[in-house]
Amino acid sequence: MLPGLLQQARNHGVLFRLPRLTAAVRGFASAQSEMTVRDALNSALDEELARDDKVYILGEEVGEYQGAYKITRGLLQKYGPDRVKDTPITEAGFTGIAVGSAFAGLKPVCEFMTWNFAMQAIDQIINSAAKTLYMSAGQISCPIVFRGPNGAAAGVAAQHSQCFASWYSSVPGLKVLAPYDSEDARGLLKAAIRDPDPVVFLENEIMYGQAFPVNAQILDKDFTLPIGKAKVMREGKHVTLVSFSKMVGYCLKAADHLSKEGVHCEVINLRSIKPLDKDTLVASLKKTHRMVTVEEGWPQCGVGSEIAALMQELAFDELDAPVLRVTGAEVPMPYAANLEAAALPQVDDIIKAVKSVL
Amino acid sequence: MLMVVRSCAAGDTVLLKEVPARMQTMLKQRSGLRAAQPGRRVVKVRAVAAPLKTSTSAPSSSKALVTPEVAKDLYYDMVLGREFEEMCAQMYYRGKMFGFVHLYSGQEAVSSGVIRLLRPDDHVVSTYRDHVHALSKGVSAREVMAELFGKKTGCCRGQGGSMHMFSSKHNVLGGYAFIGEGIPVGLGAAFQSKYRRDVLGDESADSVTCSFFGDGTCNVGQFYESLNMAALYKLPHIFVVENNLWAIGMSHLRATSRTSGDEHPYIYKKGPAFGMPGVLVDGMDVLKVRQVAQEAVERARRGEGPTLIEAETYRFRGHSLADPDELRSKDEKAKYLARDPIPQLKKYMLEHGLATEADIKALEDKVAEVVEDCVKFADESPKPERGQLLENVFADPRGFGIAEDGRYRYQQAGFSSGTAVVSPPIGFLWH
Repeated sequence: MLPGLLQQARNHGVLFRLPRLTAAVRGFASAQSEMTVRDALNSALDEELARDDKVYILGEEVGEYQGAYKITRGLLQKYGPDRVKDTPITEAGFTGIAVGSAFAGLKPVCEFMTWNFAMQAIDQIINSAAKTLYMSAGQISCPIVFRGPNGAAAGVAAQHSQCFASWYSSVPGLKVLAPYDSEDARGLLKAAIRDPDPVVFLENEIMYGQAFPVNAQILDKDFTLPIGKAKVMREGKHVTLVSFSKMVGYCLKAADHLSKEGVHCEVINLRSIKPLDKDTLVASLKKTHRMVTVEEGWPQCGVGSEIAALMQELAFDELDAPVLRVTGAEVPMPYAANLEAAALPQVDDIIKAVKSVL
Repeated sequence: MLMVVRSCAAGDTVLLKEVPARMQTMLKQRSGLRAAQPGRRVVKVRAVAAPLKTSTSAPSSSKALVTPEVAKDLYYDMVLGREFEEMCAQMYYRGKMFGFVHLYSGQEAVSSGVIRLLRPDDHVVSTYRDHVHALSKGVSAREVMAELFGKKTGCCRGQGGSMHMFSSKHNVLGGYAFIGEGIPVGLGAAFQSKYRRDVLGDESADSVTCSFFGDGTCNVGQFYESLNMAALYKLPHIFVVENNLWAIGMSHLRATSRTSGDEHPYIYKKGPAFGMPGVLVDGMDVLKVRQVAQEAVERARRGEGPTLIEAETYRFRGHSLADPDELRSKDEKAKYLARDPIPQLKKYMLEHGLATEADIKALEDKVAEVVEDCVKFADESPKPERGQLLENVFADPRGFGIAEDGRYRYQQAGFSSGTAVVSPPIGFLWH
């Protein structure tokens, strides 16, 4: 059991926590437990609702349906319909209500069933939430969190599969976060809810059901992660793989595979698309001199484009090869399963990309 | 001054007295409404504000609709709004103001009639035609003018401009360029009031929110979404439609479908479809507007939910200072100029002994002084410093990220004093 745990810990880049873990294991029977991303988000919401009664949740099906993806399961029963509000299907309207209530002092968590539907509300997110602090010269802030699943799921076709990381991350006034595992989900969501600025929180439907190890620190009710800091999931010296959300898992798998061939990849989990942790990226580049970015979204003006631009501006002399971007295909998502797989980056694509920069 | 208030519950008979000619024509054209004959008893009226009977005795202040103090306050506020906007036009043509400027001249009765009876903790949300709403709510003329001049003494330090008036002190939540965008935000402020009472246990929480918008907005999706949710959640929110018949050059009659059975596209009739009262009021008459607004505000404070008020009004100038205003007929403009709310109120005050000529002149002089002063203030105020460019993007300035030395960028010396380097390397873009 223990060697397996250690291996898992290594894979998830928690080497630094190892001494603590062993100390804990010595003291207790099973200090290491697992938690799905869904439960991580649910527990984070639960704790923040308990902590501050100005926090409330609204969105479609968040209450009686227990959440379209069960992220808000049990919260209606615990906190009542005044704090977990089911809305009609009226994104622009309820997003505006959430934003207005944030202007007036509450702390809403506005759920979008998927981020695709937020396009109906994008006016409120950008023109009201993002810009108002600036337009009012600091008088009226917007401590809101917009959250929901982003990017491709499985077979949900073109109108349900878009990745919005690059659109929202270009807007000044928004913070954009993308958790990968349960630790990210808990820490970043709690930080987002406590943050005084509007936060776009991009989850991933496929990740909801995946379980990751958590420890007492992560489960602590005041556990938050700093917004604007990336995490080095795995250290390496040949290539830096930069990614966020589900693709971090793919990068780790690719890194595993490549390590058997003697190529050691450093895998960086951005966690925060805006602000982007340029310093961690540059520090890694200085070590490896090669970088590959991986994202599900479309290539033009994507997150990888921004990283490539930044790296050649900030650390041109450190590059031994162009920064390569692995992205989704330049198509609306097709429905057929094989085409969908072809439209999204796979582990093999990442491996190929790494080999081409070596 | 006659109250003409009509509720729009279907099938109601309404007693009409001395209705303005335009409305008479409109009403006669309507089928489906049994027009009351003079002298016929009112059968059933479900108006937000009941029609008032005119006093046939000699006018005296005890029979007036408002006290002298209120009347003078309304008069001052309307004259301030008018003179301020006219000054804006002058300043714009002199190049002191720029961009999009939308003036409110002619519509003062709505702003004064509604906002002057609000409390400081009530919220107001508006559109780009927001200067006078901000003034009525209490933002100083100096701050509004300085904002329009783009100076750092403006209410938003020059960062908002004409279309984005915000004041946290006076609870003015903007100032929105996209029509319909402000209404859900207004609902949010109302939601906060209800939440404070129901969830946070503050039993004294009964503040209301008024959202102001035009006839064009009533075809925007967010308007309907908001009507639904305001009624559904019984929010203390008042929808104030300033129907001035024109959305830039698009006549309301061309843009909006007629309500069933009517010859006219009534907006107030959309209220009951969503479960709230809808009221039509003469928006050129400040006392009528105030009466209707009073009832709506009291309803909201009692927790009885939202109201939709359609105020018939008119803007004397074009949509914005860039609008040549060629599509509106001279006749129409003349007709509404004759119904200018300011002389109407003046006449009423004199007839009812609420103020003397001297009092009124004193008020007008005060306004002239204030307006002259605010222009001088704005003119002499400094422009924002370059470093202000990057301020107030985030309430938590750590959003600017971490600098090389490990501290947050906003912690670095000189972050705000000049044009700080935030993303590209030094010397890249900014000089």
